[in-house]
Amino acid sequence: MPTVKLNKKVFNKLVGKELSDDQLRERIPMIGTDLEGIEGDDINVEVFPNRPDMLSEQGFARAFSAFIGVKTGLRNYDVKKSGSKVMIDASVKDVRPFTACALVKNLKFNDEKIREIIQIQEKLHVTFGRNRKKLAIGIYPLEKIKLPIKYFAADPNKIKFRPLEFPSEITALQILSQHPAGREYGHLLEGKEKFPFFADAGDNILSMPPVINSHITGKIEESTSEVFIECSGFDFNTCKICLNIIVTAMADMGGEIYSMELEYADGRKVTPDLDPRKIKLDVPFINKWLGLKLSEKDMVDLLAKMGYGFDMGFTLIPAYRADILHMVDLAEDVAIAYGYEKFDAEIPNVATIGQESEFETFRRRVSEILIGLGLLETSTYNLSNAPDQDEKMMTDFPLVELESAVNIDYNVLRAWMLPSLMKVLHDNKSNDYPQNIFESGNCFALDKDSETGVCEFCTLAVALCGPDTDFTRIKQVVDCLLSALDCRYVSSEAEHPSFIPGRVAYVSVNDTIIGHVGELHPQVLVNWGLEMPVAAFELSLTGLFKALKSRQ
Amino acid sequence: MDINRLVESLHPLERKAVPFLSRCNNLKELMRLSQLSEAEAMRALQWLENKQVLKIHAEVKETVRLDNNGKVYLEKGLPERRFLDALRMKILTMKGLTEATGLSSDEIAVCLGLLKSKAAILIEGGVVSITDHGKKILDKEWLEEAFLKKIAGSDLGPDALTPEENFAFEIFRKRREIVKLDVDKIKRFELTELGKALVDADIEPKETVDRITPAILADGSWRNKSFRRYDVEINVPKINRGKRHFVNQATDYARQVWIEMGFKEMEGPLVNTCFWNFDALFVPQDHPAREMQDTFYMKNPARGKLPDHKLVERIKEMHEHGGKTGSLGWQYRWGDDPAKKIVLRTHTTVLSSHTLASLKGSDWPAKFFAVGHCFRNEALDWSHLFEFNQTEGIVVDPNANFKHLLGYLKRFFAKLGFPQARFRPAYFPYTEPSIEIDVFHPVHKKWVELGGAGMFRPEVVEPLLGEAVPVLAWGPGFDRIMTEYYGINDIRDLYKNDLSQLRSMKQWMR
Repeated sequence: MPTVKLNKKVFNKLVGKELSDDQLRERIPMIGTDLEGIEGDDINVEVFPNRPDMLSEQGFARAFSAFIGVKTGLRNYDVKKSGSKVMIDASVKDVRPFTACALVKNLKFNDEKIREIIQIQEKLHVTFGRNRKKLAIGIYPLEKIKLPIKYFAADPNKIKFRPLEFPSEITALQILSQHPAGREYGHLLEGKEKFPFFADAGDNILSMPPVINSHITGKIEESTSEVFIECSGFDFNTCKICLNIIVTAMADMGGEIYSMELEYADGRKVTPDLDPRKIKLDVPFINKWLGLKLSEKDMVDLLAKMGYGFDMGFTLIPAYRADILHMVDLAEDVAIAYGYEKFDAEIPNVATIGQESEFETFRRRVSEILIGLGLLETSTYNLSNAPDQDEKMMTDFPLVELESAVNIDYNVLRAWMLPSLMKVLHDNKSNDYPQNIFESGNCFALDKDSETGVCEFCTLAVALCGPDTDFTRIKQVVDCLLSALDCRYVSSEAEHPSFIPGRVAYVSVNDTIIGHVGELHPQVLVNWGLEMPVAAFELSLTGLFKALKSRQ
Repeated sequence: MDINRLVESLHPLERKAVPFLSRCNNLKELMRLSQLSEAEAMRALQWLENKQVLKIHAEVKETVRLDNNGKVYLEKGLPERRFLDALRMKILTMKGLTEATGLSSDEIAVCLGLLKSKAAILIEGGVVSITDHGKKILDKEWLEEAFLKKIAGSDLGPDALTPEENFAFEIFRKRREIVKLDVDKIKRFELTELGKALVDADIEPKETVDRITPAILADGSWRNKSFRRYDVEINVPKINRGKRHFVNQATDYARQVWIEMGFKEMEGPLVNTCFWNFDALFVPQDHPAREMQDTFYMKNPARGKLPDHKLVERIKEMHEHGGKTGSLGWQYRWGDDPAKKIVLRTHTTVLSSHTLASLKGSDWPAKFFAVGHCFRNEALDWSHLFEFNQTEGIVVDPNANFKHLLGYLKRFFAKLGFPQARFRPAYFPYTEPSIEIDVFHPVHKKWVELGGAGMFRPEVVEPLLGEAVPVLAWGPGFDRIMTEYYGINDIRDLYKNDLSQLRSMKQWMR
């Protein structure tokens, strides 16, 4: 989640009231942001992804000022008509179909403000814009642009311009490989026949969204006082809200907002539209949801502390809020304004019966029986790797593989448990022997018929390792366990590449093989670097549980 | 100590050693005199030391000794002498040296270098001959030879060597296995006053009973005899018990807490389709949580099947425009393919989506819980694991509200050992309101973040349950609770499976 750095002096001025650090520490988390810390003049906050409008100093201060009761209610922003046009060519439809645009004038830029604007832009790119994939923002100095503006798509080999902070003009295609931003965001355009561009009336390229602006017409400087802003992407509504977030922040800096006329192939649209959305306030629903008994007036007052307006039964939702989908979203804001700390915690008198899963009960009993035999339980990862699962064990089980696992030692799901125990023995060569261990847990096999293509089952493995370990000892454990479970079993000669031929047996219950028991092959011991014999068994607990249940 | 009690407490090994204690002062001597093995004699001495009969001093002694080749050379003569001897009568070609001298090629190489430096031989045009000086020295005994003879017959330490001998020693050390420096640990002992008294005492008067054996019980021979006294204060060797893994002890406790609160356990797979893990929980398909860097997707198999068509349709509507809930939805085109991707569950909340989909009207009010592993594709370090434990609870109750959620949470965390809990606003795509839970750590005296909670959005509940019944949900991570309890600083130690750690880890006692 993105963190935003707020300058305490600017913040206090915007909020309209000065709070002590302790008060800030107490109140900031309660509005629904994580306070990372206050150091000197810097307040660092982590903004949750549902509130992109709080990613700027201005937006954060606006929300906070209302929350602490200084400037409550809906903020009104004046939008003047500029009459300027943006012509959207039908060619962008398959590339990046939408844009929402505005002009902001009368800005007084300084270094600090330019940095602040770049911060808003970058934070919105990362979060709301999903790393520019969903949406990208461009801000341009108006004095270098001839209106009207065109948004179109064209062959990237045929368009040439000088990208930001680059020494020369290159083609749009070359930008993808030669410019740092091209290398970072080029994948968003890769494979497209045409790339999207903004150009002015003099056919000067302004930018190639979502990658880079032009150095000539797309760079904000201290002398800039009027800007052209566009948000382009795949969903017009998202573009509009993003534009609203930026222009309201700029208005809070002192700018004046001007609308633009967007000439789409299928009609004209005007942005920005800062009229609040209306939603009927459902007082009983919110009271029931939260367990409160607020009057409409109380609720409206609380919503005012979250920046909402109210008119004739309708809540007015600020045009920069992106997260109000349903009445529950208003309910949450009512709860935040009311204060989470002020709610009484209650446990209702509802009778339900607690119950552990039958399988878990069974699994725990199995563990308890084995502990009675002096065995030590281990707990290993579900993830493993092919050398451990197959090569060292001399087996050839098909494995369920993970995509792009960060740890290459853990890039498959285990097919069986015994390799996990062998790894434990390998890691414990310097500890006292005998080492008699067990573990039960999930194992995974490919299964075309299941919903996921994977079948999961729980197995139990026991490994005895020490100078006196042999087949008799391990079979005694099987025998003891199954007789404790009152389960008859049959053992029959088996073949298994991990075990010594002639010293491995199948274990069957109700004529179904549920596992095998034997002495590990010396080659397997060598593969694991062990200098002690190991005798082991592995049983399907899922199978055993089913067999025992079917008996009842 | 009373000498009679001391005598009664002597072990048979001690009894065998005591008569010789006044005649010797070290372990080796004691072994020779008493005919005890090294282990037996050492045990006897240690026990006697415990009884304050004697004091043991360990000394290290270095001795110069002949090594394997040294012993052979002592008998057959040094290779350089044999080499020179072979040259006494005739000149040899380089090729014929092995046959004529009977030495190995390594030895010949050493001899050539050595004798040449002593000007005892001459090498010219591929032939080797003896010099006059060579003939002269052949008739004398060499310093090196005298040294070999001397150390063969005595146990000299390096300090006892003369400067000449030391010179020979250093030269031989550079050659293969001629001499070696043996380091012997010598155990000397010294009798205490008590020990001197014991040596003089009569230790053989009464026959004492040592181990009680079935034979002794059967023939009654223990009657009228005294029993050897044991040192009951002695430290005994450790034994190991069978034991549940400490993580499982803790998760079993969490299960117990849930059951006490009337919750029923949910079960389900670790491998899921994204449909259940994300889409059914109203997580939009472009949400960052679904991106590769956090989530374990499956390579093989990569895609699964979607459930019942009607349910899929309801979920799709919910994402696109909010269905009939009055929600706007996320307003994008929902696709089948991202929902079919196979994923290792990223949260136990996936079990809640499965469970909700399986309920019908008569089933609620109902409460469910789960405890289990979830997965996150990230590098291992002291604070990050790719597998982590989460515990999950949901309450499906038409009358449930936010205050109830806080009530359940307070009780739940109190049972886990944190009586003070506070709640902050948070954000999850599938709950509204959403809560972050902090508990007050009673030892560290600070607030610790323990996990998220909230009320499922109608967009989650309605398509799964058929109606928008309030559902309270919480899913705190459990690893932090465990590491705090067990005093583990590196989270990887939860699954290190070091058997000595497992054997010594304290029991979960909550």
